[in-house]
Amino acid sequence: MNTPQRMSYREACKQAIRDALAADPRTFVMGEDVGKYGGCYAVTKGLLEEFGPQRIVDTPLAENGFTGIGVGAALAGLRPIVEIMTCNFSLLALDQIMNNAATLSHMTGGQFAVPLVIRMATGGGRQLAAQHSHSLEGWYAHIPGLKVAVPGTVEDARHMLAAALADPNPVLIFEHVVLYNAEGELDPSVRAVDLEHAKLRRPGRDATLVTYGNSLPKCLLAAERLAADGIEAEVVDLRMLRPLDMPTVLDSLRRTRRLVVVDEGWKSGSISAEIAARVAEEALYELDAPVGRVCSREVPVPYAAHMEELALPSVERIVDAVRAIVPRRG
Amino acid sequence: MADFTMPSLGADMETGKVVEWLVKPGDRVKPGDVVAVVETHKGAIDVECFLDGVIDELAPLGAELPVGAVLAMVRRAGEAPAEPKASHPAAVAKVVGAAAAPAAAPPVVLPGLTRVKVSPAARQRAAALGIEADVLRGSGADGAVTLADVEQAASRSAALSTPRTARRGFDPALMRQAIAAAMARSKREIPHYYLSATVDFGAAQAWLDDHNATHEPLERLLPATLLLKACAKALTEVPQLNGFWRDDAFQPAAAIHIGWAISLRGGGLVAPAIHDADRKTLPELMAALRDLVQRARAGGLRSSELTDPTLTVTSLGERGAESVFGVIYPPQVAIVGFGRVVVRPWVCGGAVLPRPVVAVTLAADHRASDGHVGGQLLAAIDRALQDPATL
Repeated sequence: MNTPQRMSYREACKQAIRDALAADPRTFVMGEDVGKYGGCYAVTKGLLEEFGPQRIVDTPLAENGFTGIGVGAALAGLRPIVEIMTCNFSLLALDQIMNNAATLSHMTGGQFAVPLVIRMATGGGRQLAAQHSHSLEGWYAHIPGLKVAVPGTVEDARHMLAAALADPNPVLIFEHVVLYNAEGELDPSVRAVDLEHAKLRRPGRDATLVTYGNSLPKCLLAAERLAADGIEAEVVDLRMLRPLDMPTVLDSLRRTRRLVVVDEGWKSGSISAEIAARVAEEALYELDAPVGRVCSREVPVPYAAHMEELALPSVERIVDAVRAIVPRRG
Repeated sequence: MADFTMPSLGADMETGKVVEWLVKPGDRVKPGDVVAVVETHKGAIDVECFLDGVIDELAPLGAELPVGAVLAMVRRAGEAPAEPKASHPAAVAKVVGAAAAPAAAPPVVLPGLTRVKVSPAARQRAAALGIEADVLRGSGADGAVTLADVEQAASRSAALSTPRTARRGFDPALMRQAIAAAMARSKREIPHYYLSATVDFGAAQAWLDDHNATHEPLERLLPATLLLKACAKALTEVPQLNGFWRDDAFQPAAAIHIGWAISLRGGGLVAPAIHDADRKTLPELMAALRDLVQRARAGGLRSSELTDPTLTVTSLGERGAESVFGVIYPPQVAIVGFGRVVVRPWVCGGAVLPRPVVAVTLAADHRASDGHVGGQLLAAIDRALQDPATL
């Protein structure tokens, strides 16, 4: 029972939802195609049969409407898990997310809480074109009152939902579409994760790569390639974009004194910009080289595979960005 | 008027930096006086002047000067002070110093014209250390001065500002480079030949034990003294290996100055001279060894000690290997190696007995001598060690 279990990120998401449904009768899933179709990314496949239409609710294509229902249900004491097919469509629900979910607790002087969880798919890399491929989690990280979780590992995919449901305030979980098929080991001794801390995924010495989501495996690959050249890059997985765990980032920076932020969002006004700015505010004198950033090209993510690949952060670009700020040895 | 120039403190030295003057203009100097401290890859060296007269003008401190550059003008007795001329030390130092020693003479940085890139971490560290970061050479991205550059500069300038008593010995990285250059040159240019003999150390050991049993700890001798003396004595019999290969010919040396290889803590080694080793008594040699090792490690070798060795001896001591085949230090023509003294079964008077023995090796320059001569040296060392009372 204590042997590590290998599973896909998709399966981890599904197990998390099934556990939540089984554990708390107030919990239900609501979204487009989550029931009969089994979820656009097949995360909820089979759950309708298992839990019935009261708990797995198919909705019309009306994000603002069903997200609003989710807010209301949460206010009324339920624990809704709203699925928005991709974060691109979440913009239709932005009014509910920001003007209601994120603000009601504040506006009622804490008399009301909105224990709502919204899961959305994010990111590019599966040739789904510009309306299904963007990374908008950085935008949501702008909004006080929300928590923004960006699981980049199977472990976080498996356990972040429970932490999100336990939180009395709205939590958005951004699941990367490329990661759904990724597999990883699940340590059975880990039963819960927090929604506070970034995590060091690889120790290093010469530079810090700060990243999250699907850029995490790219950074780990880049670090491996760099290691072959004698450059030891440390990889910090943010896990949460709001709250942002700057102490962990700065600790790492104090060790390496060089920083590259890798973010699948566009560079302008992005979470990578936020991190660079905080480093400039809080740790300028730790820097021994300019902060580097690897982000998506500032275009709508293209459909054509070769162009999409060029638009998104790549292992090569990450390697180059680190090499550019680490002096050659010898 | 005579020029006092930057001495060559070994085949591997190209430049040196005067970090301290021990004389000032108007001071009287005579041959052998230590007049300056010059920083080289071998650490800070006390440089002697072999001129007789009055110091007239000095090169500025901190300038990196090539071997042969004028460091000072010395007015001979009766000479009048000279008009400054183009070759006077200040001018020489200025030309070379501007390029090679920016820390000593910071170039003016015009705002808006040249913005020197210094990383924030480097700038803060430099401020804390009191170093001007803008004049350092940057090794970082885009040529920026990094933290490492500042820290390196700090350790360099420590030698400038630290008082004499606590000065830095040497820079291991610089020394590595110097050893690399000298040894590569040696192996490139010198056709080495190698000889080896195992010598019975029993008589010497017995004499040594006897001597040490009857003397105070400070007067006791190490086996190295006997090996050193035996080698020096052997060189009086085989002078063909005592000297230098210069201008395609062997130049015998007038005296026997043994370069004694001393390994330094933190890596690297130096082989300063024990002057007239053949004429020193064993206690004198022991004292000389002790003094030399201490000064080699703490800094404070004299320039003549670095330039004078006529043959190098490397002795591995109690914890060393059993034998060593050295690489000749140019322009010398030979290096003698002593291994660790080990007890081995030895045929002695028709019987096999346990005896202390030592492997004595020679690496010599085949341009200057042939194996026959080398063999004579090893045989002479053997003979000397069999008769320790006469050493």
